Amino acid sequence: MENAVLSVTELNNHIKDLMDSDLLLMGLAVKGEISNYKLYPSGHHYFTLKDAESSIRCVMFKGNASKLRFTPENGMNVTAVGRVTVFPRDGGYQLYCTELLPEGMGDLHIAFEQLKDKLSKEGLFDASHKKPLPKYPKTIAIITSSAGAAVRDMIRILGKRWPLTKVVILPVRVQGAEAPPEIVGAIRYANRFKVGDLIITGRGGGSIEDLWAFNDERVVRAIYESEIPVISAVGHEPDITISDYVADLRAATPSNAAELAVPDMSEMLETLSSLEVRTLQAMHKKLSEKRARLSDISSRRVLQNPTAYIDQKRLELDSVQNTLISRYERLISLKKQKYIHYAASLDALSPLKVLGRGYSITTNENGTAVSSAEAAKVGDRLNVRLKSGALKCTVDEVILNR
Amino acid sequence: MTKINLSFEQQMERLDAIVKQLEKGEAPLNESLALFEEGTALIASCGKMLDEAEQKVVALKKGENGEPAETPFEGGE
Repeated sequence: MENAVLSVTELNNHIKDLMDSDLLLMGLAVKGEISNYKLYPSGHHYFTLKDAESSIRCVMFKGNASKLRFTPENGMNVTAVGRVTVFPRDGGYQLYCTELLPEGMGDLHIAFEQLKDKLSKEGLFDASHKKPLPKYPKTIAIITSSAGAAVRDMIRILGKRWPLTKVVILPVRVQGAEAPPEIVGAIRYANRFKVGDLIITGRGGGSIEDLWAFNDERVVRAIYESEIPVISAVGHEPDITISDYVADLRAATPSNAAELAVPDMSEMLETLSSLEVRTLQAMHKKLSEKRARLSDISSRRVLQNPTAYIDQKRLELDSVQNTLISRYERLISLKKQKYIHYAASLDALSPLKVLGRGYSITTNENGTAVSSAEAAKVGDRLNVRLKSGALKCTVDEVILNR
Repeated sequence: MTKINLSFEQQMERLDAIVKQLEKGEAPLNESLALFEEGTALIASCGKMLDEAEQKVVALKKGENGEPAETPFEGGE
């Protein structure tokens, strides 16, 4: 038995032919765990699929990979769909993967978690970015399908609760490939032309695929960028989309969005009547306080007997007058005493008083007092005044003192 | 009479302020009376707005220059 001698290329091509003619290897699905995952700049994905004992190299080309709705990660359990063949250049066989399905969770679920994670890290869901909703919206822009129950429910509830708000519908498709760009366009349009002061976007219930537009990154970012506050209203209560995380407020359903968007008119009428009661009570209180103060003041004596003041002043005046008179009288009597005292002193100095004690006053014929002997000569006639009467005398002799 | 040319929200805010001020009871009587009168007028006006409100619903289309054009909304199934 003679062995044929083949070139390496011939051998590899032979193996390739064998494998390519195998029906199983032409199209199969393999379960395993992803490891050594690498995304090349070319856009092709390379990884190894392994189980407890074995591993196989896998490649997923750019075209197929672009259809992935999630990003494969190491450790992820997947089912890879494709064919197995040899790469003749290195003789290695590998799985050429056309589809990758996550094990356990659906691929949409994975995609959801991944996008949520990514945007959360970017801060798109931060509470600090949430805008307050207007208390009484003037115009609500509803971005949803113009068909279906959701839009009608919203209009009905808004009209019942708060007919003051104008409702503007921006009709868009809410499912299918066109839905995300249409929703994004409507959100931007509403912002550019300021068509409302509140946006509600959403749709009625459906499958996860039906609701998928609201998990679209473009839609989520448009909601984030909207300057007009946005309420998300997608599906039924348990359905949560990424739009719900980024919206300023999440409503469980479209009807719920309408309830959250506006106040209730009947409650407002109650509020108004309670305000009316409070206004009246406050005013009543104010008036009764003023009235009480008025009666308090008017009961004072001065207002009860208006002449009391004058009487009082009259008494005061009398008293002042009395004081004045008594002061005056005292002053006068003091002056009188002083006068008597002075008069007595004056009297004591009177020359007439001296005559009483035996002295006399001598005057010449001119009436001039003669107090010195030199003022007289022999023969002069002098007048001598005594206490009682006077004497006319003639000078006999002049005696001069030494 | 107080002239009312405010939005519902502005009226409610003013009303709230008036009631609080009246309840504090610090304003002089003539001011209180003016506040009371204004408050009563606002309550009447707000009530009237609610009573007379009629919901307006329009659909928005892009007009010729891309600007919004309102059309009657006819929602169907």
